[in-house]
Amino acid sequence: MMVELLAQTGLNAIYAASYISLIAVGLVLIFGVMGVINFAHGELYMAGAYAVVALYADLGFPFLVAIAAGLVFVGMLGLAMERALFRPLRDNPLGGLVASIGFLMVLQALAVMGFGVRMEHVPPVTQEVIVFSDKVRLAVPRLYVILAALVLLSALWLFLKKTRFGWALRASAQDPEAAALQGISITQTARIAMFIGAGLAGIAGALTAPLVSVNPHMGHSVIVTAFIVIIVGGVGSLEGAVVASVAYAFVHTFVTTFWDGVIADIVGLSLMLVVLIVRPTGLFGTADRA
Amino acid sequence: MLLALPHGLSFSQQEILVFLTINVLLVASYRLLTLTGEWSLGHVVIMGVGAYASALYSKHFGVPVPVSMALGAGTAALIAMFLSYPLFRMKGFYFLIGSFAAGEIIRLLWKRFRDPFGGPKGLKRIEPMPDFDLGIWQFDFFEPVCYYYFALAVVAFCLWLMWRIERSHVGLTFHAVHWQDKLAEAAGVNVRAYRTLAFVIASGFAGLSGALLAHYIGTINPNSFDVEMMVFVLTWAIVGGTTTFYGPILGCIVLTILNEIVLREMGFEQARPLIYGLVLIASILFLPKGLESVVQRLVRPRAEKMEERP
Repeated sequence: MMVELLAQTGLNAIYAASYISLIAVGLVLIFGVMGVINFAHGELYMAGAYAVVALYADLGFPFLVAIAAGLVFVGMLGLAMERALFRPLRDNPLGGLVASIGFLMVLQALAVMGFGVRMEHVPPVTQEVIVFSDKVRLAVPRLYVILAALVLLSALWLFLKKTRFGWALRASAQDPEAAALQGISITQTARIAMFIGAGLAGIAGALTAPLVSVNPHMGHSVIVTAFIVIIVGGVGSLEGAVVASVAYAFVHTFVTTFWDGVIADIVGLSLMLVVLIVRPTGLFGTADRA
Repeated sequence: MLLALPHGLSFSQQEILVFLTINVLLVASYRLLTLTGEWSLGHVVIMGVGAYASALYSKHFGVPVPVSMALGAGTAALIAMFLSYPLFRMKGFYFLIGSFAAGEIIRLLWKRFRDPFGGPKGLKRIEPMPDFDLGIWQFDFFEPVCYYYFALAVVAFCLWLMWRIERSHVGLTFHAVHWQDKLAEAAGVNVRAYRTLAFVIASGFAGLSGALLAHYIGTINPNSFDVEMMVFVLTWAIVGGTTTFYGPILGCIVLTILNEIVLREMGFEQARPLIYGLVLIASILFLPKGLESVVQRLVRPRAEKMEERP
């Protein structure tokens, strides 16, 4: 019995780790390259989920088309943010943060006006369930999220380590001025980072839309989780964000299962406070950009 | 003028006026905190600590309301002092996130523990201010106008206190800690102690504003003090500007009038956050020094002309 419960909770944790890491990696990428904390990141996730609501649930397009559209749409939102908010405010990190709070309110209000505050119902893509044993099961849509996270994060890793663009991106994250002197366009790298970062949040929202309750305020809990993860992992460290996502997902899921959800939130936040006090640069962080 | 103000307004506008008065105290205390250069995201939760504490003292221990308000403010300052030990190991961005985490933990504790905090539904039927009779004037604090006068008196006194603190030796040291912390430290100033002091004083005033709110609306819950409210405070301070004493207050008044009076009465109920967000973005892009810089531009040329005269 106990083994089965542990196995099932472990599976739930792997699923949670998958979508949390997609969101957190995007947030870290944006912070690394642009030096600004994007408070609207949870709302980008929400926008991705609503893309699926509109195209898949309401208009009946295939799920894959809706996901691709969600990725592109949210990526474009990211580009718009870069152009309208973060580029003019490049020398003003607090200003960028406040502007992203403004953008968050705009996106939330647009979702309320377009779809209403009620929870949206998204029909499941498939009813299939992988049955490991009587008490240990994994719904196939959750498996898709896990696989998508693995594929996308590996692709991102290859992109950053192996291509010229990725090399430029990492260079400007480490030292924007030196990178600019080497002929790397800061604006160009900022655009790429913003598109990828926002797109990852969008695809996380799109993939999880049939599995969670889609509503205009769903971004709030997600952004809190993402903050915890990037602090624990070390601000600006992509590997740290992934490791911290997995760690956080396991702690949170297990505490939720064995105690309750509010206690799990408190434990998560306390972990973050402890990391902030003991090692403010996070477990994997090096450079202090704050 | 402030005394005559409520009589020309409708009942709901009088209520908004009471909230505005309380919020002025909140945002002014927030500026006191930012004097040392640290931006907190937990200030509204500290306000909530004052509200919860004051409500519980009057409810469970039968403390008279005005006394419980003062005790609530003291409790908020005390909690802030405990929080300052872990929080002031951080600076800048880390402090921002750390204060947010600390605030959320407090808020979740209110939510989790039904006794004595009332859980997600919060506290209800909080003791109102007792009526009192002053010969010719009778104060019935269910009337917004009466509560407005009471709040106005308290807030005006607090603003005067904060003004004096900022002008004092201590206040000047706050400025020094912000702009020249290494130099201040080298000159023998205990930087961390002054940061803590600013945090504790600001939290005390925030707690008092929370107590004023709790005994007026009579019901509080964890969501009354959530991040959304914090965003409003941040917005007031940023749109108003924080280099002057009046900047955040100006931001609070202008945005409240815009939000409550203009947009609500014009029937943009759903679009209010949208417009609010756009105003926030526009002000950070086009008016990065806040509304106070407009005031300064209007006032200063005149002052300079005066000086030019022989």
